[in-house]
Amino acid sequence: MTDTQFTGDEAAIETATLPLDAWHRAKGGRMVEFAGYWMPIQYEGIMAEHLWVRDHAGLFDVSHMGQLALSGEGVAEALETLVPGDISALKPGRMRYSLLLDEDGGILDDLMITNEGDQFGIVVNGAVKWDDIGHLRENLPDDITLNHNEDYGLLALQGPKAVDALARLVPEAANLVFMQAIRATWAGHAIALSRSGYTGEDGFEISLPNEALTAFADALCAMDEVKPIGLGARDSLRLEAGLPLYGHDLTPAIDPAEADLGFAVSKRRRAEENFPGAARILGHLEDGPPRKRVGLLVDGKLPVREGAKLFDGEDEIGVVTSGGFAPSVGAPIAMGYVPRDHAVPGTAVAAEVRGKRVACTVAAMPFVPHNYVRKTGG
Amino acid sequence: MPRYFTEEHEWIDVDGDVATVGITDFAQGQLGDIVFVEVPDTGAELSKGGDAAVVESVKAASDVYAPVDGTVTEGNGQLEEDPALVNSDPEGEGWFFRMTLGDKSQLDGLMDAAAYKAFCDAL
Repeated sequence: MTDTQFTGDEAAIETATLPLDAWHRAKGGRMVEFAGYWMPIQYEGIMAEHLWVRDHAGLFDVSHMGQLALSGEGVAEALETLVPGDISALKPGRMRYSLLLDEDGGILDDLMITNEGDQFGIVVNGAVKWDDIGHLRENLPDDITLNHNEDYGLLALQGPKAVDALARLVPEAANLVFMQAIRATWAGHAIALSRSGYTGEDGFEISLPNEALTAFADALCAMDEVKPIGLGARDSLRLEAGLPLYGHDLTPAIDPAEADLGFAVSKRRRAEENFPGAARILGHLEDGPPRKRVGLLVDGKLPVREGAKLFDGEDEIGVVTSGGFAPSVGAPIAMGYVPRDHAVPGTAVAAEVRGKRVACTVAAMPFVPHNYVRKTGG
Repeated sequence: MPRYFTEEHEWIDVDGDVATVGITDFAQGQLGDIVFVEVPDTGAELSKGGDAAVVESVKAASDVYAPVDGTVTEGNGQLEEDPALVNSDPEGEGWFFRMTLGDKSQLDGLMDAAAYKAFCDAL
């Protein structure tokens, strides 16, 4: 199934189109194959789109992501057998970043879990959604119902002007704070929105019926502060925000402590030691993991990209898992894994690019401060 | 001064035994925002179709190939400071390198402006 996407066999599976495919093309989107779908990599250009989101508001189509829902008696407890977060403590209308773990504590996916009152909504990465569904079905009790909602698309509106723009269509948006979610109605359609996203900026994700997507996207893009933004800028924005990308910075070989995602392992769950791979993960959290995900500031202008080997002198010590030019930083940046004793900000390392050594400095993340809205009216 | 084009979207201006090489406006449009250019060292021996330079956009690194055999006489030092010249003036100030021509007969296999335009229109 989708694991063929990581083995270069994607040509064997026909690339699917998203509900907004024609809309993207009409807006000048350059379409590329991503996660099994044709998706816009850019419209006017990655640099301009990236900077637009930091200053205004950008609309992203993330309908390739899987929108799942779990319901049934004891659903929170059942879900906790597969993730390290305190799902039982998640109040209705609240959401949390979490990790789907294999039995060794390796990361199968990163995901957002929302308590929607009558069910838990889960948004998973497009490239692994079929694997996630299989894992959930296989490991959850039969009386837990798993629904994959393919009738709804998902849009993200991100940037400092996102709240002004969205509140013109859905006034309730302005009342939400970061990681809060509600159901609402737009033009007679049942929609759901949350104040969340993956750019480091304030913003929202809006789930709405496929048949409403075009009109909603048009209504937003008719506003002066909103432009459509492609996958290219989504990647550079999340990189600057220090947010890991599944399949690149996170894989089944990596556990949450190594990924520097210890915050996703809740206090109560640490005490109970009852999540997948608890022994390994708790050991790594206690003693420090053997290797750790870090940010890298790159000297000069040569971009250091995924796959570049990292060196300390002649010793190969790690690898870059994401990297590129950072438009808001104005320089190349990267993310990668280095041994624990090299993970301290300020540590000098070198990346190898086309046989040349490029000086890098381990840096605290995010590279660009997050602008999440944690209180309204402030 | 005749200008030739390759199917890899390089242009080559020929002036006697010396040629100037860059990437076309079509190529820069496909690559998007260019953030780094690695030009060959002076004296580098290039062979037709072999790696000559690397151009990096925000998204990816792409190879630029030698359109013909020859020896590099000069790389465009301006691109080090201002790689975006390749976006703003790809077929002028944004040239990549100059080279001697090792085998002028190799030019016969390249396209002229009209043929290159037809080639791009068909893509």
